[in-house]
Amino acid sequence: MAKPKVAFYWCASCGGCEEAVVDLAEDILKVVEAVDIVFWPCALDFKKTDVEAMEDGSIAVTFINGAINSDEQEEMVHLIRKKSGLIVAFGACSHLGGIPGLANLTDKESILRASYLTGPTNVNQEKTIPLAKSPSPDGELHLPELKANALALDQVIDVDYYIPGCSVPKKLILDAVTAILTGNLPPKGSVLAPTRTNCDTCERNKTKPEKLTISKFYRPYEIELDEEKCFLAQGVICMGPVTRGGCDERCIKGNMPCRGCFGPVDNVYDQGAKFISALASLFDAKTDEEVQAIVDTIQDPAGTFYRFSVAKSYLGHKVS
Amino acid sequence: MSSDKSGFEPRIVAFLCNWCSYTGADLAGTARMKYPANVRTIRVMCSGRVDAQFVMKAFAEGADAVLISGCHTPSDCHYQEGNFKALRRYYLLKKMLPQFGIEPERLRLEWISAAEGDKFQEVCTEYTEQIKKLGPSPVKKGVKNG
Repeated sequence: MAKPKVAFYWCASCGGCEEAVVDLAEDILKVVEAVDIVFWPCALDFKKTDVEAMEDGSIAVTFINGAINSDEQEEMVHLIRKKSGLIVAFGACSHLGGIPGLANLTDKESILRASYLTGPTNVNQEKTIPLAKSPSPDGELHLPELKANALALDQVIDVDYYIPGCSVPKKLILDAVTAILTGNLPPKGSVLAPTRTNCDTCERNKTKPEKLTISKFYRPYEIELDEEKCFLAQGVICMGPVTRGGCDERCIKGNMPCRGCFGPVDNVYDQGAKFISALASLFDAKTDEEVQAIVDTIQDPAGTFYRFSVAKSYLGHKVS
Repeated sequence: MSSDKSGFEPRIVAFLCNWCSYTGADLAGTARMKYPANVRTIRVMCSGRVDAQFVMKAFAEGADAVLISGCHTPSDCHYQEGNFKALRRYYLLKKMLPQFGIEPERLRLEWISAAEGDKFQEVCTEYTEQIKKLGPSPVKKGVKNG
């Protein structure tokens, strides 16, 4: 029997998800043994024309990481969708828009201005910013154009499964590959990770007081973090209550609160809004003034509560 | 519905708690007090049941404003302290909404008791006028991001 064909592709991402695949270490050999990798631009030399030459639907599964924030990425994922049986959104950016999605809280012009013109370390005397089309002695040059907003993969193409995380933990990759190879898959659209929240398995849950109340918030650098106590009980914002578990609490074990990279649990759409509901309930305040004083200690609510999920929030981006 | 400010009729989604504000609205109705048809009420068991997701979804689907109304603080809440949860979420939402480009005035919290049909009428009339002056929501309906 021919080995199933597998492909990997990356869009707007940091490379951490590619790294996660490489970090499978010797386990990657099991994957390589079981499948035939036909396209993986990060590691192997294939071109777009190679993909175009493939028969439609001939790739059994393609793992795509990164958000979609250029027209080139959009074009490529449409092509890959056509050639693939299954599409798996791999990692937080592909699943939820991820960190590139934070740019949706501002506009494209401001991003280009900050990155190319006003940044304190910029040296750009000609004030060059990237253009989709620019003249050159050899004719007009074309570059991928930045989109107005970063999108999650399923906002561009049909997605069969999601593997969450920034980056994706090794166990989830191996479980997903096994499930796909054995055909033992949950219903289409499932996130291939547990359905309970991070708090559910968190070791620190048992240190949570009976009635948890918060009267002031601290950013992690502002206090000495206790290594065993629930972060919320220390007044540190932890996304655990609204974030899908299955990450093995990597951040929490490193004495950092959950930042929410696994996204919301099933039946919750808007992770940040859900977190507002959960967090505000804990305020130790009963008057307008007391509530306002606590709210004043929270910096950047949108960027904190939607750190990985602006693109997949109800609004999706800043409106104007 | 016209999108220009002159003929603009806002759509205001009002989440009213079952025990006080919805009954207050009902009283306004049975007493034949008139209030603008711009306010579309949704009955919830408690203002503490209003998940911030409801508010964000209302805005995403084109609401020009959202009104949350519950029992008076500190002690009228049928469930003891659901209204405090509404109060806390309200201030946190007000801080976050501008980050998504939505004016904080588009969210309002009121305490209206079952006996205050007249207050319900006043709030609806006054808020509709305020949102008319503010203009349509910046969320463009039918335009997905991208």
